[in-house]
Amino acid sequence: MTILAAYLNGIGLLGPGLPGWQAGKRILAGSQPYLPTTVNLPVPVLLPPAERRRSSAIVKLTLAVGLEAATAAGIEPAALPCVYVSSGGDGHNCHEICQTLASDDRHISPTRFHNSVHNAAPGYWGIATGSMTPVSVLAAFDASFGAGLLELLAMVTANRAAALLIACDTPYPEPLHGVRPMPGMFGVALAATAEPNAHSMVQIRVELTRDRADTLTDIGFEALRRSIPSARSLPLLQAIAQTQAARVTLDYLDRTRIAIELIPC
Amino acid sequence: METPRCCDSGVDIHEMTCLPDRCINFDYLNITRRLLLKSLLLSHYTATSCLGRGLQQTLEALRLGRSGLAPCTFETVALDTFAGEVAGVDAVKLPERLSEFDCRNNRLAQLALEQDDFSTVVDIAAARYGRDRIGVFVGTSTSGILQTELAYRHRDPASGALPADFHYAATHNTFSVADFTRRYLNLTGPAVALSSACSSSAKVFGSAQRMMAAGLIDAAVVGGVDSLCLTVLYGFNALGLTSTRPCRPFDAARDGISIGEAGAFALLESATEVHEGDVLLLGVGESSDAYHMSSPHPQGTGARMAMQAALDSAGLLARDIDYINLHGTATQSNDAAEGMAVNAIFGDRVPCSSTKAATGHTLGAAGSIEAVICALALRYRLLPGGLNIGQLDPGIALDYLTANRSHPIMRAMSNSFGFGGTNCSLIFGRAQSQ
Repeated sequence: MTILAAYLNGIGLLGPGLPGWQAGKRILAGSQPYLPTTVNLPVPVLLPPAERRRSSAIVKLTLAVGLEAATAAGIEPAALPCVYVSSGGDGHNCHEICQTLASDDRHISPTRFHNSVHNAAPGYWGIATGSMTPVSVLAAFDASFGAGLLELLAMVTANRAAALLIACDTPYPEPLHGVRPMPGMFGVALAATAEPNAHSMVQIRVELTRDRADTLTDIGFEALRRSIPSARSLPLLQAIAQTQAARVTLDYLDRTRIAIELIPC
Repeated sequence: METPRCCDSGVDIHEMTCLPDRCINFDYLNITRRLLLKSLLLSHYTATSCLGRGLQQTLEALRLGRSGLAPCTFETVALDTFAGEVAGVDAVKLPERLSEFDCRNNRLAQLALEQDDFSTVVDIAAARYGRDRIGVFVGTSTSGILQTELAYRHRDPASGALPADFHYAATHNTFSVADFTRRYLNLTGPAVALSSACSSSAKVFGSAQRMMAAGLIDAAVVGGVDSLCLTVLYGFNALGLTSTRPCRPFDAARDGISIGEAGAFALLESATEVHEGDVLLLGVGESSDAYHMSSPHPQGTGARMAMQAALDSAGLLARDIDYINLHGTATQSNDAAEGMAVNAIFGDRVPCSSTKAATGHTLGAAGSIEAVICALALRYRLLPGGLNIGQLDPGIALDYLTANRSHPIMRAMSNSFGFGGTNCSLIFGRAQSQ
């Protein structure tokens, strides 16, 4: 089996009861109890006023976790090629468009339309950070985090350079919520390099496997893992928070899963 | 003569690509310079659009200078615009085992996969490599959103719920078309949808190339599928970007796009054994504009970076390119910005054209269908002329083809630039006998 390796140098995290990596790390490591609460999204101050006003939850989430990871990794966001993955993009925007198109007056708002592209959030990321580096914008439904992680590893391995993964999901309003229930939002970002540096926390060695995916003993975390695609990353984040050598298996496609060996730096 | 160098990065920079205000970019150029990935073989490819089903019909339409655009009669759309609708999509029957995937986008995907024995060739490759060693990378912008648009018309009057037979994951979700493709082809390797608007199915070549270089897969099915839906027809209309006539890329009086639909696929393998006339993927260059969600950078800076990065990754110079298939959407600002960017790197020396007046702008499928058109240009020595030109824009200094040319070419570039400022340039080459 092929093994892809990278060093993780910065993490961004925002989810119910997980307000950033520094606080989230202690909760994930078990030194503080997990109490799911509503996510407070920071105002995206890097965006120009017009874009800031238009920015939706997924844009704010993307900027928050991406910037947290890049800052922790000590790297200028503008210099980072990026992998962006979301299981379905901005559901509120999509709902508004579909509702208008099903009405007698099909005139949809031009802003709604240009925000409907799956790469809207990474587009705003580029505008906010001034990053002109390449962005791979991916979707793989429930396999989205795994797909993003593989692309990150392929990018770091092939380019022998730093890259940033941002995985974000926000819930859909009804009636889409009825066919795609997601209880809340979750965002995670990983800044990675091929070689270790002063910021490196852990080396990850990744391969595809048929092993079963890990579940989490905390029922709150496990509920989150099962219900939000980007939270499929939680076994990895928990193992990093525990700062021990470990092997975790993440959900990916059908019977194909992703095994990750963690070697703390 | 010594090649200019920038920012102490040691990167050879062609003088005209120097962007001193954006030193950070050279880090990226340095990355792509080091990349210099091995060329990949497009061992098989196919395309289906309003020009026809499969390579033969597509080639024939290009040779005749025929456009597939017609006044839009799609579904209940009441807009004064032209569209490139593929005939017979709704008659396509998905296999019983994949019935939950049934929607226009996946029907079009299947129609495309069935042309030129593409699915059969993939099956033979799967027997050779193993089904889990072939990746699937499919670009789309709207996937099967039409299914949701239709479902919203049939919401339960009391509860507002969508109809019980609506299957979100298998139809509307962005991944649906990639999931359908891998299941249809019985492949079990890594699979993903790429969705960066109109560059989606150009970027599939980059993702596949990286994953093959990293050793996770031995071959890749790459492609793009986008189908007509109300969101894009009414959306581009809302932005004032659709023309009431068949689109006229690079014409002085161009006034907007004509939306099309298409499915195009290629099988990428290591170029261990090539034959005369085979088509190779030589380079991929990507960049972002960091400028605006729906307008390109006015000077085409991001586009220029993508083209230069493609040249660098292929280890080629501007003079090595014989034909450019332009993004050329036929909006005023897109064509002006792209023209400026192409001119900055190539001058007005390289024959180029947009084929969107023939196919329409097929959005997330545009990168793949234009990659296939470049492959046809290389294989059959046909440089397709742009259609619908009354008078070329005198403000754009390019060797824009207004008629077909027929002569051997060795290397072709394809440009794809999308909303959100996502840019991708691909370079393909014709293999010489070894």
